[in-house]
Formats: sequence, C-alpha cells, structure tokens
Amino acid sequence: MKCQQCEKPATFHITELTGPEPQEHHLCETCAKTYLSQNDAGAPPPPTLAAVLAKQLKIGQAADELAKLDQRKCPVCGITFFEFRSQGRLGCSHDYVFFEKELTPLLLNIHGETRHTGKRPAHAVQGTDAKTELIRLRREMKEAVEKENYELAAKLRNQIRDLEK
Amino acid sequence: MKFDEFAERCGEWLRGSGPQSDIVISSRIRLARNLAEFPFIRRCNEQDRKGIEQTFRAAIQSVTDWKELINVDVAGLPSIDRQFLVERQLISRELADASGARCVFIDANETYSLMINEEDHLRMQVMHSGLDLESAWEQANKIDTELDKRVAFAFHEKLGYLTACPTNVGTGLRVSVMLHLPALVITQQIEKVFRSLQKMGLAVRGLYGEGSQAMGDFYQISNQVTLGKSEEELVKQVGEVIPVIIDYERQARAFLVKESRKDLHDRVSRAYGILCTAQQISSEETLHLLSSVRMGINLGLIQDLEIPTINKLFIHTQPAHLQKLRGLELETQDRNVERALYLQTHLRKRPGEDPAEHN
Ligand SMILES: [Zn+2]
Ligand SMILES: [Zn+2]
Repeated sequence: MKCQQCEKPATFHITELTGPEPQEHHLCETCAKTYLSQNDAGAPPPPTLAAVLAKQLKIGQAADELAKLDQRKCPVCGITFFEFRSQGRLGCSHDYVFFEKELTPLLLNIHGETRHTGKRPAHAVQGTDAKTELIRLRREMKEAVEKENYELAAKLRNQIRDLEK
Repeated sequence: MKFDEFAERCGEWLRGSGPQSDIVISSRIRLARNLAEFPFIRRCNEQDRKGIEQTFRAAIQSVTDWKELINVDVAGLPSIDRQFLVERQLISRELADASGARCVFIDANETYSLMINEEDHLRMQVMHSGLDLESAWEQANKIDTELDKRVAFAFHEKLGYLTACPTNVGTGLRVSVMLHLPALVITQQIEKVFRSLQKMGLAVRGLYGEGSQAMGDFYQISNQVTLGKSEEELVKQVGEVIPVIIDYERQARAFLVKESRKDLHDRVSRAYGILCTAQQISSEETLHLLSSVRMGINLGLIQDLEIPTINKLFIHTQPAHLQKLRGLELETQDRNVERALYLQTHLRKRPGEDPAEHN
C-alpha cells in the first residue's frame, strides 16, 4: 500500500476516532510523524494539585499577602498554609473549615463543584466537633509535656479522658 | 504463615473470566476514609498511627462476616514481601514504602483489601475480574456501611468525606478499569484515545500507577473528579466509556487482522517463540511479549493456551513473585535466568503433558 501523501510505501495505519465513524489513514513514516504532531497539540493535560495551587496563588496573591497567608496555622493540628501548599496534603479535617477561603477556589478548579451530593454516614455527624477537639487537646498535651509544663498536661489529659468517654 | 500461600495462587481478579475479559482485566473501586478524632497521616505521630490501627482493628474484628480476613502488619514485613503485595495489587506502593505503624486486611479470595495508614487512615479497595463495576461498588459500599456503624468518619455537611488531599474529597471514590489495548498501541491511536478521555474528565495511567510508564499495553482509566457527583454517577461515568474503548480496540484488532494478518501473526508467534526458548529475560521484556501472546490467543492466532495462564504469568514473573516461588533471594541476573526457566515450564506445557519432561 502506498502512502496517501507521497509515493513511499505506507507503514503507518492510523484510524482517526474523533469523528462519528472511524477514519483510516495510510501513511509513510515521515508523513505519519507530521500528521501525528499536528494532532498532538490537542487538549492540555489534566491539572495537578501543585499546578492548580501555584497558578491560583500567582493570580490571587501579592508577595507580602502570600507571606502572611503562609503563616496562618490551623488551631487544631498546627499545620501552616505554607506546609499545606508545599506538601499538597492537609493536616486535619478542621483545615477544610479553617482554610475554607483558600480551598474553595482550589476545589472548584479540581472538581468543578464545591458541594457533595453522594453518600452520607448513617448516624448523625454531630459528634465531629468534639472529635476534632480531641486532635487539638492531644497536640497541646504533647507540647505541654515537651515544655515540661506538667500541670497543664495533666489538665489537658483530664479533658481528653472526658471527651473519650 | 497464611500469607505465603498467596504466592502459589492467583487473585480472583486475575481469573480472566469476567465480562469482556479479553480486553478488560479488572474493575476496581477505591474509597478513602479518615477517622474524625485523629489528624491526617502527615500530622500523625507514632502514637496516633497505632491508635488508628487499633480503632480499625477493633471495628473490623467485630464484623462477624469478616472473621476470615488476613491481617498483615506491613511495618514489620521484609521489603521483598511488601513488594510481593504491591505486585499483586493488594497494597499500594505508597503503603509499602511508608514508615511507621501500618497494616492491611485482605480477604481470602483477594477481592478486597483494607489498607490502614496509607495517605488516608483507611483506603479500601475492591477488585473484580473483567468489567464488573456495579457489583464491585456494591461490595465496597457494604464494607463502608459496616465500618461506618462502628467508627466516626471525618465528614463535612457540605464537602462530604474529608481526605488528606483535596483531590479525593467528597465521595473519596476512585473508580478504575484496567484495559489491555495492544491493537490501539500498534495502530498508534492510543494517544488520541487518551486525549479524548482527558477531555471527558477521566484519567489514564499505566499498569503500575502514577509516575510509571505503561508496560505491556495495560492502561488504567479512572474518574478524575470526586466531589459534586454521587458514587453511582461516578461509577456510571467510567462504566459508560469503557464499552466505547473496547469497541475501538476490537476495531483496531479487526483492522490489523484484515490488513496485515501476516505481520500480526509473525509478531505474535515471535513473541511466543522468545518466551518459550529464551535463556534469560527481563521482567519488562516479558510483559511486552506476554501482551502480544495474550492478544494472539484472543484473535485465535495461538491455540492450546488460555488467558488465565497468561494472566498468571504476568504476575508470577515479576521480581518478588519469582523469588517467593523459588524460595530464594536472587540478583537481577539470576532472576532473568529463573524467569526464563519459569516461562519455559509453563508455556511449553500442553494439555495432558507433564511439564517435567521439558526441564
Ligand atoms: Zn508519505
Ligand atoms: Zn488542622
């Protein structure tokens, strides 16, 4: 079989799938390369979390504003916004509330939506705040022990016990 | 140890008998969940990790139907055994490579595994043979519901299930189908298929997930979005596109058979010949050649060989499996010799023949 574009033998057989019917092209290597590279410049790859964040911050934040934002620290787990944006992972479930303003456009960019419509836990989720409080108390107790503030540590331990009941 | 018995067997998802199994290898459902009372993994200390393990262990052991689950302490496992579980797709590479307390619960049929302390506190995975997304989702949904009765998952009224990475928030659901697409690769249409899938909001990856090259013409297609659509909608979104790709692959195969049957037959026969006679062979070349042979069987160009045999060889010729089966740790060079021997023994075997004759 001869190449559709020139006289050389066709070694590449490409079936185009973008239309309603598959369309066959028979091309030599040179013509196939040209053909494929023309079509290669199609859709951009899907966004990665890091790319989306970088783009968003560049557009939205001036340098000193960003520096201030980076210092913001979740009161529950202690993660800073800087840590989140450099690691791409959040520190606790409260971060979704604490960094809501920054996360909303990010979620929109990734999912095109900000509202969950799927499955829900069967039993009431009212306990979540108390559970999140446990994360904060455990972290503060650990810090109190490190600072050898045993009085505070004991007080926090009692609070943890009450919540765990 | 029960765990060693895995090496001899083949996971349910590889039995090669599900719907469309000439092209669809497996259907996988993954759900990500976190406990409300612990920080996400990145902010966990060793005490937190142990607490998470204990919480899940107690919950899992209290479900009567799950008494047979095998619990493997991944943290205490030699690296070859961790690699083995990765090759079998029972744990992720992330769980294998992490540090600190972590474990996995696996059911005896290898249809599901519950990974504790992966990127999220819990990653549950259900894997079925062939195109079988609905029943895989049904099974995952049941497992999730049983656990939900026993633990408090981090959940937000508006955002749904909360996950360590915002890319998983909402349903925490990743629906994936693994496809064998050799004809689309040969006819160079695969890139084009990928681009149209990406436009539809679906992600495409090679056999061993992120960052790795697709090997042996195996590709995994999954949903990109996890928030704003219900679980059923996400299952449907992936499920609807798969028959279209199957159709393209079949058309490409028919085209190859029609236009270049000789070339195709030659390619398949050569691949088979090398696998049967090589004296040393790398796992990469093996994957590549097995892929051609697999397509050859499906097109009737090779007789006397069955797809389950090939599926099993894909798994059993990988480094950790090969060493487990041999019961020895082997250097790369020795593995290549061992792999060639293993392939010879299993491929030259004909029904009614004793494989020992060929040794
Ligand atoms: Zn040409
Ligand atoms: Zn936090």
